[in-house]
Amino acid sequence: MTAAGLRDDARHPHAGAAPSGDMGPGLRGDGGKGPSGTLFRRIPGGRFLVGLPPYLWLGLFFALPFLIVLKISLAETQIGIPPYKPLLDWAQAGVLEVRLNLGNYRTLLTDDLYVLAYLNSLKIAAVSTLLCLLIGYPMAYGIARSSDRHRNALLMLVVLPFWTSFLIRVYAWMGILKTEGLLNAFLLWTGVIHEPLQILETDLAVYIGIVYSYLPFMVLPLYATLEKMDRSLLEAAWDLGCRPFRAFLSVTLPLSVPGMVAGSMLVFIPAVGEFVIPDLLGGPDTLMIAKILWSEFFDNRDWPVASAIAVAMLVALVAPIMIFQHFQKRATE
Amino acid sequence: MILLLLLALGFAFLYLPIVLLVIYSFNASRLVTVWGGLSTKWYAVLLHDDKVLDAAWLSLKVAVITATAATVLGTLAAVVLVRFRRFPGRTLFSGMIAAPLVMPEVITGLAMLLLFIAMEQAVGWPSGRSMTTIVIAHITFCLSFVTVVVQSRLVQMDISLEEAALDLGARPLKVFFVITLPLIAPALAAGWLLAFTLSIDDVVISAFVTGPGATTLPIVIFSKVRLGVSPEINALATVVITVVGVAIAAAGRFLRPRPQG
Amino acid sequence: MAETIISIDAVSKSFGSFAAVNRLSLSIHRGEFFSLLGASGCGKTTLLRMLAGLEQPSEGRIVIDGTDMTGVPPYLRPVNMMFQSYALFPHMTVEQNVAFGLRQEGWPKDRIRDKVQEMLDLVQMAPFGRRKPAQLSGGQRQRVALARSLAKEPKVLLLDEPLAALDKKLREQTRLELVKIQHRVGITFIMVTHDQEEAMTMSSRIAVMKAGSIEQIGAPVEIYEYPASIFVADFIGAANMFEGSISRHHDSQVMVACPDLGRDVAVTHAPPLPVGAAVKVMVRPEKLLLSRDEPGAQMNWLRGRIGDMAYLGGLSAYHIELASGLSVQATQANLKHVDGGGPSSGDEVYVAWHPANAVVLVQ
Repeated sequence: MTAAGLRDDARHPHAGAAPSGDMGPGLRGDGGKGPSGTLFRRIPGGRFLVGLPPYLWLGLFFALPFLIVLKISLAETQIGIPPYKPLLDWAQAGVLEVRLNLGNYRTLLTDDLYVLAYLNSLKIAAVSTLLCLLIGYPMAYGIARSSDRHRNALLMLVVLPFWTSFLIRVYAWMGILKTEGLLNAFLLWTGVIHEPLQILETDLAVYIGIVYSYLPFMVLPLYATLEKMDRSLLEAAWDLGCRPFRAFLSVTLPLSVPGMVAGSMLVFIPAVGEFVIPDLLGGPDTLMIAKILWSEFFDNRDWPVASAIAVAMLVALVAPIMIFQHFQKRATE
Repeated sequence: MILLLLLALGFAFLYLPIVLLVIYSFNASRLVTVWGGLSTKWYAVLLHDDKVLDAAWLSLKVAVITATAATVLGTLAAVVLVRFRRFPGRTLFSGMIAAPLVMPEVITGLAMLLLFIAMEQAVGWPSGRSMTTIVIAHITFCLSFVTVVVQSRLVQMDISLEEAALDLGARPLKVFFVITLPLIAPALAAGWLLAFTLSIDDVVISAFVTGPGATTLPIVIFSKVRLGVSPEINALATVVITVVGVAIAAAGRFLRPRPQG
Repeated sequence: MAETIISIDAVSKSFGSFAAVNRLSLSIHRGEFFSLLGASGCGKTTLLRMLAGLEQPSEGRIVIDGTDMTGVPPYLRPVNMMFQSYALFPHMTVEQNVAFGLRQEGWPKDRIRDKVQEMLDLVQMAPFGRRKPAQLSGGQRQRVALARSLAKEPKVLLLDEPLAALDKKLREQTRLELVKIQHRVGITFIMVTHDQEEAMTMSSRIAVMKAGSIEQIGAPVEIYEYPASIFVADFIGAANMFEGSISRHHDSQVMVACPDLGRDVAVTHAPPLPVGAAVKVMVRPEKLLLSRDEPGAQMNWLRGRIGDMAYLGGLSAYHIELASGLSVQATQANLKHVDGGGPSSGDEVYVAWHPANAVVLVQ
C-alpha cells in the first residue's frame, strides 16, 4: 500500500466520487475549502489575479472570434469591404432590423462540391487513422517490449520528427513522390516498373503524408497503455495454457483499447481539418474541406461561405472530440 | 524478430525522407532528382536571399515572444484548472483551454482574422495585419499546449510540499516562488519549447493573420514549395533540421528528469 | 493538574455536507506525547491540520499557549508539522531543508548553520547534509523531516502518521527513538496514527476518535484495561464480549446475568447503572485462565471444549467452544516448553477470570 493510500482520507470526502462534468482530465477532487487552493486563497485577491489574465485572453481571442465566425456565416455576401452585409442594421427611424440568412448553409447542403469534400475529408481521415494504427501498433508494442536501456532512445526517435518542421517533412515527400522523383527513379532502376507512376497529386500521396506526419501521435498513447500493462497478466495467460498469439489477442489487445482510441482520435481529428498536406501532396481533384475553406476565403473572397464551412467542420468534429474526452477522463481516474 | 523488423521499417519510414532531403541539399544539379555531384552552392544562395533571412529573423522574434507569453498565461491557466475547483464560468474556461488543442488550423486562422478585422473596425486596433496580429494568434493557440504540460506536472506535485513551507513560516507568495515554481520548472521549460516549436512551425494560422511586410519563414517556404521542389528549399530545410536537432539535444540534456523525493 | 498548552473548544469542521470533526473539545498538556488514534476517515488528520492552520475550523476555537489561533495563518503559528509524506523539498539539500524555517525567521547565517548542525546531530544525519532527499532512504528522510520540523523549536510538534511510510522493522525501532528525542527536546508532541500498537507504546495519553468525536481520552493503560465504550474495547486489542443485564449490586461488585453463559457474572468495574440495564461484559483474552480443575469461588468461570488453537511462540491462542455455541478467545503465556502437557484441541477445560479483570460496558 502506498503512503498516500494510508493517509487519513477525511479531508478528501469526495475523493472516491466521480468528478463532476466540468472537471478536466486529471483534476483532483479536493473540496472547495480544501487545502489545494490554500496558497492563492491566502494572497489577497490572489485567485482573481491568477485567473483573470488567461480568462480574459481566451475570452477575447478565442471565444469571441467564434461568435464572429458564426455571425458572418449567417450574413449575406456582398461585393465590397467587408465582403458581407451586416446582420444588424439601424434602418430609418431607429428601428433595428435583424437579417439572418441561412443561405450559406443551404449552399453547403445543395452544392455537391461541399458535400463531397466533407465526406472525402472524413474518408481520408478514417483510412489514414486505420493505416496509422496498423503501422503504429507494432512499433508501440516493440518499444514497450524493448529493454529499459533502449526504450528511452526509441521513444525519443518517435518524438523527434514532431519537433522538426511539419512543413519540411511534408515537403520531403514531394521530392520522393513526384513523377521524376526519387521513388520512381528507384523503381525504374530496379526494373519493377517501366513507366514512372503518378503518385504526387493523388489521394495516395495524401494518405502517405498524413500517416507520416501523424504516426507519432498514434505511437505515443499506444505505447503509454502497453507499457503500463502488467506483464504478469500475460504470464498468467500463458500459465493457464494460452499460446502467445492467443494471449496477445485475448489479453493485450483488449487492454490496449484505450490507447488505440486515444491515438486514433489524435490522428483523426487533425486529419479531418488538414490543409497543408492535401494542398502540397494532393491533386486538384483531392477534395478536402479545409482546402475548400481556404479557396473560398482567399480565392473567392466569400467570407460568409467560408465561415459556414468552418461551423460545419466544427459540428463534424464534436462527436470524435467527445469520444476522446470520455476516454481521457476514464484513463485518468 | 518480426517485431524488430516492423520497428525498423517504421523508423525507416519516419526518417528516410528527412535523410534523403539532407543528402539532396548538397546536390550540385538544379534538377532535384539527378545527382550532379557534391556542392554547397545552394547554401550560398540561401545566405544571399534577403527575403529568407528577414523571414527567419521575424519567425524567431515571433516564436520567442509567443513562447514566453504563452508560458506565463498557460501556467496561470494550469494553476486555475488544478487548484481552483469552483469559480464562475469554470466549464467555459476548461472548454476554452481544451478547444485549441483539437481545432483545425484553418478555422482558428479564419476566426482570428475575422476578429482582427472586426476589432479594427470597432476600436481601430490592431491597425492592419502585422507581426502583432501573428503574435496574438500564436499565443492563443500555443497557450493551451503549455497549460496541458504544466497541468500534468502540477497535478503530480505533492500539495504537502507547499503546506510544509507555509507551516515553516514562508508567506504564500514566497512559497509560490521558492517551492512551487522551482518544482514545476521542467514543465515550464518543456512548455516554452513546445510553444516555440509550434509557433516557428506554423504556416496556416500565420497565412490568415499575416499582412504585407510580416512574412514568416514557413510562409516563405510554403509559397516556394507550392511552386515545386527546389534545391534551395532543400538547403533551407537542412539548416532548419540541424538547428532543431541541436536545440533538442541540448534541451534533452538540460531537461533530463531527475529523481524527485 | 498539568499545565494546558493547547485547548480545543467545541471545534467542528465540515466539507460540504460531510462533518469531519464534530463539536470536539480537548486539552493537551505541556510536554506530553499525545496521540490521536482512529480509523481512516475519523477526522484525526483534519483536527491536526486545524492545529497547524492548514484548515480553518467551521466552528469553535483553538487556543495555543494562551493565544486564540482562530484565523491565524499557518506561517504565523508557533507549531510545526511533520507530514506523512515528509514533504521534503526535493530541489533543496538536507541542510537547506532543515534551514528553511529558520531562514523565514531571518536568523543570521552563522546561527542557522549552528542550529542546522545541532538538529542533524540530534537525528544522527550529520554526514548527509549535502545530499538531496532523493538520495536518502525512507528512514533517513523521516529523520530529516523530523529535524526540519523541530529546528524552529515550536511550542508543539504535530506528527501526521510519522511512521506509516517505513517498513515494519524500522517502524518499531523508530518508535522508541522518537520518544527519546521528545524527552530530550521537551516539546509537546501530538501524533496522528491509525496504529493502536504505535499509540500505546509511544504516547503518554491517547484520544480514541470515531466519526469526528472523541470516544475516550486516557493513558494507554486506562484505554486498554478500562475502555469506556464497546467501540474502544473492540478497536484496541482483542476482547471477549458477553451480552447481559445487571441483576443486582453486591458490595463493590455488580452481578450481570448473561443468558449466553447460563449464569451470573461478577464484575468489579462498572459505571453506576440501575438493575435491568442492558450491558456487555468485556474480558481480554489474556485475562482468561484455562485449567482442568474447577476454579475457586471468587472467580467467574465457564466450561468449554478447546476448538482451534494456534502456537505463536511466546503465546498460544485458544478458541474455546461453550455449550451455548458461543466461542471464547483466550491467550496463555507459554512459560514452560509446551510440547506435551499443555491444553490441546478437544480438551474439556474451565475458563476462569477474576471479577477485577472484566469491565461492564453500556450497550
